[in-house]
Parts: sequence; C-alpha cells; structure tokens
Amino acid sequence: MTSAPSRQASEPSSPRPGPRPKPAPPTGAPIRVTGAQSLVRSLEAVGCEVVFGIPGGTILPAYDPLLDSTKVRHILVRHEQGAGHAATGYAQATGKVGVCMATSGPGATNLVTPLADANMDSVPVVAITGQQSRPLIGTDAFQEADICGITMPITKHNMLVTDASEIPRAIAEAFHIAATGRPGPVLVDIPKDVLQEQTSFSWPPDLRLPGYRPTTRPHGKQVREAAKLIVNARKPVLYVGGGVIKADASAELLRLAEDTGIPVVTTLMARGAFPDSHQQHLGMPGMHGTVAAVAAMQKSDLLIALGARFDDRVTGQLGSFAPDAQIIHADIDPAEISKNRRADVPIVGDCKEIITELIDAVRAERETTKKVDLTPWWDTLSSLRETFPLGYDWPEDGTLSPQFVIERIGALSPADTIYTAGVGQHQMWAAQFVKYEHPRTWINSGGLGTMGFAVPAAMGIKAGEPDRTVWAIDGDGCFQMTNQELATCAIENLPVKIAVINNGNLGMVRQWQTLFYGERYSNTDLGTHKHRIPDFKLLAEALGCAGLRAESREEVDEVIAKALEINDRPVVVDFVVGKDAQVWPMVAAGTGNSEIMAARGIRPLFDEDL
Amino acid sequence: MTRHTLSVLVEDKPGVLARVAGLFSRRGFNIESLAVGRTEYPDISRMTIVVSVDELPLEQVTKQLNKLINVIKIVELEPTASVQRQLVLIKVRADATVRSQVLETVQLFRAKVVDVSPEAVTIEATGTSEKLDALLRMLEPYGLREIVQSGMVAIGRGARSITATAVR
Repeated sequence: MTSAPSRQASEPSSPRPGPRPKPAPPTGAPIRVTGAQSLVRSLEAVGCEVVFGIPGGTILPAYDPLLDSTKVRHILVRHEQGAGHAATGYAQATGKVGVCMATSGPGATNLVTPLADANMDSVPVVAITGQQSRPLIGTDAFQEADICGITMPITKHNMLVTDASEIPRAIAEAFHIAATGRPGPVLVDIPKDVLQEQTSFSWPPDLRLPGYRPTTRPHGKQVREAAKLIVNARKPVLYVGGGVIKADASAELLRLAEDTGIPVVTTLMARGAFPDSHQQHLGMPGMHGTVAAVAAMQKSDLLIALGARFDDRVTGQLGSFAPDAQIIHADIDPAEISKNRRADVPIVGDCKEIITELIDAVRAERETTKKVDLTPWWDTLSSLRETFPLGYDWPEDGTLSPQFVIERIGALSPADTIYTAGVGQHQMWAAQFVKYEHPRTWINSGGLGTMGFAVPAAMGIKAGEPDRTVWAIDGDGCFQMTNQELATCAIENLPVKIAVINNGNLGMVRQWQTLFYGERYSNTDLGTHKHRIPDFKLLAEALGCAGLRAESREEVDEVIAKALEINDRPVVVDFVVGKDAQVWPMVAAGTGNSEIMAARGIRPLFDEDL
Repeated sequence: MTRHTLSVLVEDKPGVLARVAGLFSRRGFNIESLAVGRTEYPDISRMTIVVSVDELPLEQVTKQLNKLINVIKIVELEPTASVQRQLVLIKVRADATVRSQVLETVQLFRAKVVDVSPEAVTIEATGTSEKLDALLRMLEPYGLREIVQSGMVAIGRGARSITATAVR
C-alpha cells in the first residue's frame, strides 16, 4: 500500500470563485488567527481541495473562514453519511486523502458507518468534527457525543484537540497517518471554543509521532526467499488484493506477471489492478469468484499474496483453503501477515517496492535455477476457464436480465469510466460483468459491505475526477438508503450516472432465502415492482436529475446511450429487471472453496486430480 | 494457555489506556493484570499487562497493539529474565489472642504491618503473585476482611533499559 503523501497536489485543480480571496501566509511565519482560521489554513496547506460536509452548532466557527477559502471547495451534502462515503469515493478515485466535516453529536455519529467502511477498506479519509466547548465536555450537553470513544475501534487513529495552538499539528498528523503505511480514516474532534480561541498559525508544524513508523522497504532476505519459492513452484498463483492499487503498483505487477507467466487473480478490492483482458488473468476469487480463479487457488502449490488479507469471503472455510499451497504474504501491515493463514515467507513493506524488488530477485534466481514448465498448470486452468466461463441465463419469465444490463453499461461506456456500486447482487455482477482494465476504475464497499455506498461514493468520485464518466451500479434497496445525495449532485454540478438495477427486492438476501431458507421470502420484497413505490424516474426528476427507464432488452442500449449523452445533470436509469436472477458461481457461506457451485446444482468436480 | 507479561511503552496522552484496553476486549482477550505508571521520560508511560493466551494469538494482539499510534514499543518480559512484583494490602481479623501468630506469618514472608486496630491488622506485602498467594493462604484462617491488590510491574534483568532503546 502506498506511502506517498506527495500525491497531495499542491496546485488546486478547481478553485472555487470566492468573494474575498486571501493570500496564504508565508511558510513558517506565525500569524494571529482564530482556531477556525487555523483549521482552514491547515487544510489549505496540506493540499485539501474538497470537503464534504454539513455545518451545525459546534462546527459553525469553522464554516465562517471556509467561506473565504479559494483553495478548499466545500460540498454541502444532505446527510453526513453521504459526506463520509463521498470522501471515500474521492480518495479511492484520486489516491488523495478524502475529507469530510460534521458537527458534534448526531452529525458525528452519522459518520460512524462511512468511517467503519473506510477502515475496513483501508481508505485515507480525514473526518473533522465539531465538539461541545471544553467546559461542557462530559456534562451531557446538547449535541454532545464522545465521538473519539465511539470511533476508536473503527478508525486508524483519532484525536481530540484541546488547544487551538495544536490545530496545525493535528491536521498535519491526521493527513500523514491517513495516507501513509496502511491507509485508513482519522478523526479530528475540535471543541467549539477551541475553534473560537485566538491562536497563532505557522506551517509546517512538527509531527510528533514517536510510535508511528510504517515499514515500507521490504527485507532483502525475505524477498530472495520469496523469489526462490516463485521460480521453483509448479502451480503458483498471484493473489492480488487492494493493496496493489493503493500502492499504485499495477505496472510493476504486470511486469512481474509477464516475467514469470504466473496466473493472476484479483480480489473484489483489486479489480482493475491487472487488466481483465490479459490472458494471464483468471478473474476474481472468492464466494462469487470465477471457477478458474477459485480452483487455481485451491489447487495451487504457492500463493503469492500481494496486498491481500485472506478475507473469509476469499478463503471460504479457512481449514480447507488452498491446502497444498505455501504462502508468500506481502503487505504493509504486519498484523495482516499470518493473521488468518500462516505465511511461509512474510514480507512487510509497500507493495510497489516489494514487487519491484521481487522482479529483480526472480530474474537473479532464474540464472541459477532450472526453469519450471508451467504449461501443465496452464492446461488445467485454461480448461477450467473454458468449461466454466462467467455467464448467465436469461430469466425464464421473459423479464430483463440484470447481468445483461450491467454488461452493456460496461461495453458502451468510455474506456476511462469509473464504476462504483452498492452492496449485494448488483455489486457482484458489476465486479463480474464490467471489464476493468485500469486501477481505480472500480470502487466499492468490500470489507464492511455498506448498502447505500454507491450514490455518495459516485458523488465523491465525480468531484475528484470531473472529466470522467462515473457510473454507480446500484440496487433498488441500496438506492433508497442514500439517494438524497442526488440533490447535492444536481446542485453542485456533479453529473453522475446511476443505474438502479431494480429487481423489486433485497436481491442478495432473497437469493439466500431461495437457496437456504426454502424459498420463504421474509421481508425482502420492497414493493418497487408491485407498487412502483417509489417511482425512480419521478424521484430522479424531483431531485433535479434526468430520469430514464428500461424494461426490455430492446430498450437497454438506447437508454444507456441516452444516459451517456446527458452531462449537464445527474442521470438515474431505472432498469426494471427480473427478481429471480442469481449470482453464480457461489461458494456457500461456511463451506470450503472446493464446494464451489458454477451454477445452481452444477459443481465442478474438483476431487479429480488436476 | 500460558501467561505472558507485556511491557508496553505508550505516549502519555488522554485515552491511551482506553485504546489499549479496548483493543484487548475487542479481539477477545482478557487482561489478568494491568499496571500503568510513569517512566524516567515525562512524555512516556509504561503499561505492564499480564495476559493468558496461546503463542499465536499473542503474536496477533502484539501486532495489533503496535498499530496503535500512541504505542511506542512492546517487549515481552520472560519470567526468568525479569523481576516481577505485585503489591497487596491485606486487612486481617486479628484480636489480641491471635495477633502474635499473624505477626509471625508477616515476618516469615518479609511483609510488614502498616496499620493496627484492636480487631485487625493491615499488612503490606510485595512479591511475585505466587508468593502473595501463599501469604494469603496462610492468613485466610484468621479471616480476611479486605484485600487490595495492585497490577503486576516488571523490569528486565541486567543493564539494558527498554525505555532507553525506545527513545533513542
């Protein structure tokens, strides 16, 4: 994962026209300001371009100098959860730190879900919250919540600023911690009277982090050990996780893969880290991965895990996961190594540096080692890939296939389009049926699985990448959790495109009810089909967006083309699809990966010796 | 499960104890004993944590502890290579008829009496948890009115200093 704060651009790309521009203070010279001014100047100095937030009582002092800032654009969201996911989307798309702001109490607690989400997916986010004035802390004052206590387990770090002179350092440390090592969210809680206090501002402040020293350079001996295993493996697999994207190591990965000829699988968080069109790419592993990717890992004799964390959705039942494989585990977070599966060769460091050194070490090792022929391994995998390709059947009841819709969106949209998704069936299909060629083009909620992620994330992505097409593939359940942010998008000129894959149900839950609960559909019908409540087309228009609808196969391409043409406001397309479509392949929860079902009732015979 | 003593150097900042304690409970570990105090550096505190876990989960919890920004250094202190001490204050029922017997036990354990009243004596004792357990067993027949026990503190044997290497 990355440790490159230099990605924070010093030149703001989209300065907001403000009535009273003020020059930044000369570096180093302390000047008299309020705590609030110190906060805004610190944000400017650290390179923050966009803040997503909502003002309220205790954060109010900060919003006054924010009005004057020509460097920081504030986007007024409709709900703090939207601010948090937008910051996450922005960070994932640009590689910079995403920033959100909220008031104390309910404003801050509304950030809990996006902070937990960013924590699980290692996204560099800084949240700034107002807090009750110092004398009132601990008295159950109005809109008081111990947000540092609440977010302690779901942030990389958090801090309560108790003195205005500490503000520049707190902001600098928060950005540094968020962006370096294994990235993650950092919350800075600032009492109202600290924001109002007179103080002096100077930049840059000293960072005082004696306990924070992330390891980025890998250990040379471990890299050589890994190279030895790699050149001798007969059935190796490159198991690529989101860390490769965070470390901007896709180019290095491509070189390592092509140098060695080793098959590649990319996890849900790593889609786009390696081109889907590449012959060596077997697709996504895990619960809804391709048969070839899951089988490759199961039958492997060497897993080279790069920035991945052996998540239960990837490994299935841990005890039966990849039983014959030795493990090389490279990650920037030492706590991930051997957490779930014991590593034979642990490598702690930044993935970009690790892969770069691995390339050289493998080349050196090859000079003294007889080359292992990977042809038999590839024969096995190619035959699996051909026998069990990703695919889908059209619903028997004549309804529209959701997979088809998503596939067409991917096929018709520009090559540099960025996709995001909610959580559920549509998310899995978006991971499977859109072809990703570049890193940071697929942004989703992987670890926490946050329904409602898509719309606000798309908003943040569009704010960071205004010239690229942004598609949110959403479900009708997810969409109803956070669609209020479309009003923000419409007003703030963030023309995102939302595809509501509307199957009228909480689709993934319904799929489990079909498979594991005897087709008893308890509380999964949302009524968006039966009653057309809400009517997504009308809702979209009410929120200042263009509303479109497609209900048959014939309409799909036409409606997507129309959606791609509208760029003066957000677009929502209500794709009314069948409710019985299912996500396949599937490894049922609690079973081993060898039990993967390619489709309902079809189990590849893994027991045969491959 | 075996018992491990961790010496954890932390920044002396508000909330650090909550972070450390929260991490243990969140990851499903039970802290047996905890002592927090100052060190020879004004900004650095030491937590001595005794926890019963197997080797592998201990490695995981140590790594997770290390990830806390305010944690500076963690050292596991082996019982044989360190001096480990607890302090206990014991209020024992002891009237004139048994007081001399109680005082004899106090002598044997090289403990001391810190308060006397007609019905009770209060004893202060330091030592390993094994020694203190033995003392308590000896005093139990007289009637233990109240026990107050500190967390374990520990320091490595020899000339090396954990703090000195941490701040260097």
